[in-house]
Amino acid sequence: MKKRILSFLLLIAVLSTVLCGCGDGSAAAGSGSAQSTGSAGAAVQGGEITVGIAQDLDDSLDPHLAVKAGTREILFNVFEGLVKPTPNGDLEPAVAEKYEVSPDGLTYTFTLREGVKFHNGAAVTADDVVYSIKRCADSSEGEPLVAAFSVIQSVEAADSRTVVIKLSEPDNEFLSYMTTAIIPKDYKDEATAPVGTGPFKFVSRTAQDSIVLEKFDGYWGTPAYLDKVTFKIIENADALLLALQSGSVDLCVHLTPTQVSQLGSGDYNIEEGTMNLAQALYLNNAQAPFDNEKVRQALCYAVDKQQVLDLAFDGYGTPIGSSMYPKLTKYFDDSLTDYYTQNIDKAKQLLKDAGYPDGFSMTITVPSNYQPHVDTAKVLVEQLKAIGVTATIQPVDWNTWVSEVYTNRNFQSTVVGVDASYMTARAMLERFQSSADNNFINYQNADFDALFQQAAAAKDDAQRIDLYKQLEKNLTEHAASVYIQDLADLVALRSDLAGYQFYPIYVMDLASVHYVQ
Amino acid sequence: MRYAARKLGTLLITMVIVSLFAFLAFSLITGDPATKMLGTEATPEKVAALREQLGLNRPLLTRYFLWLGGFFTGNLGTSYSYSMPVASLIAPKLPVTLTLSLMSFVLIAAISIPLGVRSARRAEGRLDAVCTAVNQLLMAVPPFFSGILFSWVFGVLLRWFQPGGQFPSFSREPGKFLWYLLFPAVSIAIPRIAMTIRMLRSTILREMNREYVRTAISRGNDRAGVLRRHVLKNAMVPVVAFLAQTMAEVIAGSVVVEQVFGVAGLGRLLLGSISNRDWPVVQAIVVILAFWVVLATTLGDLLSQRIDPRLRLGGAS
Repeated sequence: MKKRILSFLLLIAVLSTVLCGCGDGSAAAGSGSAQSTGSAGAAVQGGEITVGIAQDLDDSLDPHLAVKAGTREILFNVFEGLVKPTPNGDLEPAVAEKYEVSPDGLTYTFTLREGVKFHNGAAVTADDVVYSIKRCADSSEGEPLVAAFSVIQSVEAADSRTVVIKLSEPDNEFLSYMTTAIIPKDYKDEATAPVGTGPFKFVSRTAQDSIVLEKFDGYWGTPAYLDKVTFKIIENADALLLALQSGSVDLCVHLTPTQVSQLGSGDYNIEEGTMNLAQALYLNNAQAPFDNEKVRQALCYAVDKQQVLDLAFDGYGTPIGSSMYPKLTKYFDDSLTDYYTQNIDKAKQLLKDAGYPDGFSMTITVPSNYQPHVDTAKVLVEQLKAIGVTATIQPVDWNTWVSEVYTNRNFQSTVVGVDASYMTARAMLERFQSSADNNFINYQNADFDALFQQAAAAKDDAQRIDLYKQLEKNLTEHAASVYIQDLADLVALRSDLAGYQFYPIYVMDLASVHYVQ
Repeated sequence: MRYAARKLGTLLITMVIVSLFAFLAFSLITGDPATKMLGTEATPEKVAALREQLGLNRPLLTRYFLWLGGFFTGNLGTSYSYSMPVASLIAPKLPVTLTLSLMSFVLIAAISIPLGVRSARRAEGRLDAVCTAVNQLLMAVPPFFSGILFSWVFGVLLRWFQPGGQFPSFSREPGKFLWYLLFPAVSIAIPRIAMTIRMLRSTILREMNREYVRTAISRGNDRAGVLRRHVLKNAMVPVVAFLAQTMAEVIAGSVVVEQVFGVAGLGRLLLGSISNRDWPVVQAIVVILAFWVVLATTLGDLLSQRIDPRLRLGGAS
């Protein structure tokens, strides 16, 4: 009797485990290149897709005020600036047709393109451009919305099609900030019903459910292929996978390697790009023992980056050595990646020299909503044990992370990915100046500050690139943090879709996505 | 009449106390709405300015009474995250969660009562032992787990519904709406059906051992008749109380299950709003849930009194 019950229970247990374990098999990997790939075939105009996203856009939809990266990557389809980024990392004219920079670098003259319309039908005028830029440069309430705009001395409409911007000092990367969205001057509802000039127009937002964009027929450039894109919000990672498998979601970006391996074979392709961020064990340089450079270097020698990638990410990801990601090819210094190779003896020696022969204990604060960072921290804990450092993981929710770690700098170490909102090397490095507002790791290095000033003032492209590389080297040599990787951006798209392009910044471009025959 | 007035009073007082506690709780949680809204752009000056703008610097009790006043005039405030009035944010989600909870409850009641009675009648024997074991297992199945399992089996494998698909709107496709909610309702119901069956079984068995039952049988009544006419009523009283409590708990189950099935209900909104420190929304939902719980227990009380007159007259049970 008892045996029968036992075997029955065992059967149920086994069944449930088997059912959950099903759906394995390796992912049907795509070509994995950074450019647009997918099924071959003739591109079809029209059609609708549903994109699955893991977080709601519970943010202001105003492009100048939207804070979350997840919001901004979608708004990329709705707004454009005077110039816009290309997948290759260049800037192409958008709302502006052409531009000129004066020889002294202080005057930028933009000629607006004819026939550019806002989504509400109004034509874009120079006044709208002046309004948008002035809004972002306004420093009457403290820092301007776009920090780089603090060098703007004046913005004026020379005539209905020309805008002249004068700077107080030359800024060799100023053009990259001209991707700032142009919005209509007299429109009041940007935060909830945004209106821009991009290939898609905003249709609706249902809280915690979906956001709908539709193709803008009055777009000045190559129109989007798709007629409509619905972003479905599915916070739960497993539910997102089920939605992909059931066909209710056609495209999903930023998948984790675990999700990809669970997808199994099916009618979708997996494409691999990069997230374009610098994931690291960021150390609070103002707190002991991390104020001691030797200690920080010891941690760098203790960590094996490839092992982190293999254990936590199935091998996906690109190791990095400093605060720069590989897709910014001009500025990325490859040699820094292996500056610190795992060397336990050296690490222990450095700790001894620093006065911690028996190691020490530390806390790693991680934002619990970002599984990749949590997983990385777990591997790091194990690796640090080898040199006698006992690390404890302290998971906190995102808002607590932002207020405690990022704003109040009340932490010892944290694992997070830092990205750049503008496609400039400067954006990845400017926070490490001693006096920077967002210098959350409290990095203090006089050489770095001096080099940064020189880089900002450099006239020559080659000179500037060299200086930025020196800045990266500075961060590596002085072990500002333990740099690990640029995470892989895994994208699943239904096999009858193609055209997804990876950019060197965090955006989700849907204008090039299309159905194939 | 006096009873009704007293119950209404209890309801109101409970809602006020719950809302006060919720309000106090918000001041204890780290991370304030202003910081969340500014995110990584936050600087101490900007945060201070935004707090001033949102009125967060006024004393706690002032803010609470302002909110309370607004609540009684129908103004639930504005969401920090969505910049929409809270009432219009909650309105479409309320019927969804309500339907989900009611469906779960109906399933629980409709399945567990006949099965509970059955199981009590057929007590002893091998089948009974197996059923008890299975029951025990099902009690431990969390709705979250069964939700994912159902989504996979019925959604991906059998294609009876589409997980993550466009959630059907009640006004336009009521049939599809109810069908879609059936699966999450079942997920929530399973552990509670198991618990209710077990409870009903034990109360019935206890009653069947009483003196009056033996008397009735010795006087020629058949077991089934006695069960139906006398025992069931007595056994139901604790079960009704349990079901009332279940009615209140089903909301908790729905919070988790909504996430798994992508149901646009109050539960998801509550979780998201807490995470975003969107206090006006959280406050409103907490009060609604308090109302629901008190309503459920009140209905349970009323039903118990109908079944057992002794409760009505205030005597000992």
